[in-house]
Amino acid sequence: MSILVYIEHADGAIKKTSLEAVSYATALAEKEGKEVVAVALGTIDQGALAKAGSAGAAKVLQVEDDKLNAGIIQAHANVVAQAFEKVGADTLVLAKSSLGDAVAARLTIKLKAGLVSNVVALPETDGGYKVKRSIYTGKAFAYSEITTANKILAVKKNAVALKADGADASVEKLEVTLSDSDFAAKITSTDKATDEISLPEADIVVSGGRGMKGPENWNLIEDLAKAMGAATGCSKPVSDSGWRPHHEHVGQTGVKVAPSLYVAVGISGAIQHLAGVNASKYIVVINKDPEAPFFKAADYGIVGDAFEVLPKLTEAVKAIK
Amino acid sequence: MKILVCITHVPDTTSKIQFTDNNTQFDKTGVQFIIGPYDDYALARAVELRDQTGGSLTVLNVGEAETEPTLRKALAIGADEAIRVNAFPSDSLFVANQIAHYATEGGYDLILMGRESIDFNGGMVHGMVAEMLGMPSISPVMKLDLEGETAKLAREIEGGKEYLEVNLPFVAGCQEPIAEWKIPNMRGIMSARTKPLNVVEAVSEDAATKTISYELPPAKGAVKLIDKDNVEELVQLLQNEAKVL
Ligand SMILES: Cc1cc2nc3c(=O)[nH]c(=O)nc-3n(C[C@H](O)[C@H](O)[C@H](O)COP(=O)(O)OP(=O)(O)OC[C@H]3O[C@@H](n4cnc5c(N)ncnc54)[C@H](O)[C@@H]3O)c2cc1C
Ligand SMILES: Nc1ncnc2c1ncn2[C@@H]1O[C@H](COP(=O)(O)O)[C@@H](O)[C@H]1O
Repeated sequence: MSILVYIEHADGAIKKTSLEAVSYATALAEKEGKEVVAVALGTIDQGALAKAGSAGAAKVLQVEDDKLNAGIIQAHANVVAQAFEKVGADTLVLAKSSLGDAVAARLTIKLKAGLVSNVVALPETDGGYKVKRSIYTGKAFAYSEITTANKILAVKKNAVALKADGADASVEKLEVTLSDSDFAAKITSTDKATDEISLPEADIVVSGGRGMKGPENWNLIEDLAKAMGAATGCSKPVSDSGWRPHHEHVGQTGVKVAPSLYVAVGISGAIQHLAGVNASKYIVVINKDPEAPFFKAADYGIVGDAFEVLPKLTEAVKAIK
Repeated sequence: MKILVCITHVPDTTSKIQFTDNNTQFDKTGVQFIIGPYDDYALARAVELRDQTGGSLTVLNVGEAETEPTLRKALAIGADEAIRVNAFPSDSLFVANQIAHYATEGGYDLILMGRESIDFNGGMVHGMVAEMLGMPSISPVMKLDLEGETAKLAREIEGGKEYLEVNLPFVAGCQEPIAEWKIPNMRGIMSARTKPLNVVEAVSEDAATKTISYELPPAKGAVKLIDKDNVEELVQLLQNEAKVL
């Protein structure tokens, strides 16, 4: 038996979250005596795909078709279903992402599989197949049992340790059949800032809130982010006011981040904002109000004016780099 | 033009999450329930599209009788009729089965949902329903315009947007800024009382998962405050104690 992992790639490399999914599958495979096979869609260098081996995959199946470079959900789901049959898998593991979710949802029907999303730990298998998942936007956990033979597990980012000591995987081409109806949704164009660090994947995030007063002051946030090698984020009112693009908005109704370090500047710490950051390992809060609720969720804090603290902090970070 | 919007009945985003009965039941004490914030965006856009095209707008929830005030609120916001599929929404596959069954009978041109529910955060039900109905699914959608039988959409991708075109019918999971949340006005609230809210029985379909118990994360320790004139100390702590720089 095999465990199949659906891996996503960007800019010529496998995404970190997908390598986490492979690491998770590897630990699960060891427990169940199975083999890990990954499947990658679209054009990407074979050498880059072989790196799935570092996280424990024995083999990567590549479906090389330009049409699959874009994340057309129906087409991706159809390809992964064929790969699942081909390798004789009974479990599909993937990283939770907007594309991953959409593909996994369709696969539950195609594969008649029970699915658990936001998985944070390996299943407990004595007496049922019990999986721990994060719910209520990180405010709680649930233990859910999958009752079907085929299983799909969507792993939450930063929830599993990355395995990085494996040997390169072998890469094989996989032929699949796709029909026009798989491409019913047509992508007409994309609009993407390519030089930025991707916010959902970032290891450090520096975010600004309404306390930054206006978009003209964002250079202070950007300077600190640059010094730290961080992505930039913001609170909802900031993106609602058009100070920052929508895809930077962090929280309950925005991006959920899970970095090692989250730096919040001039953000009050409303519960809806916290819902997007509570998976961060460390939180630093800079706010001029000592009563700001964010301090209760923080590991380190500075009570002070952002306009005074930020330039000094940026210099201090530069000094150690 | 027939539009179906599927809404969840979920704890208000400021709710304190707690469990009872030996961590096997969600504790509803003192909890306010609302339309899921993403579903609220889907509903707001659906109201605009219905007004534009002059069709009908149905809202649907799979839930027990306690969700009816939430459905009434959706009627007050502008839906024409509400359906409650009378069942406890035990897992996403079960819910998707109910919606797909109902949608097949209704023959909808457009099915809108939220990108994810804020209780279980699956982000799955729209994709499942679309697969069951053999329709395209697109999520998370931040812009949706109709030009006859074709829809033009923007979907959020990491670091940007992707623009798509798709023919009706299809299923979309919505998020902001597709439309602004609508607050019901007095006239809406009055008319909602007389709009139809029909209860239908669930079709018997098995679920694929079963939630057994819940757990809260461990409490966070106290914050370490650093003087604003000594930012070097913060950098030193981040480097040597937290080891994140
Ligand atoms: C259903 C729902 C969903 C929501 N989803 C989200 C979400 O996903 N993400 C989100 O962020 N919000 C969300 N919100 C909004 C949320 O409730 C708050 O309104 C919002 O997070 C506040 O943003 P803020 O902290 O930037 O602004 P404010 O609350 O105005 O806080 C500004 C802070 O800056 C501080 N400050 C001011 N000047 C300075 C200075 N010179 N130096 C340092 N500090 C300063 C102030 O002390 C204050 O704490 C949601 C709300 C609802 C109802
Ligand atoms: N019980 C339910 N009744 C009606 N619609 C639902 C229900 N559960 C989920 N949905 C819809 O499916 C979307 C995604 O839900 P989920 O897959 O649970 O994250 C939600 O935003 C709703 O639009």
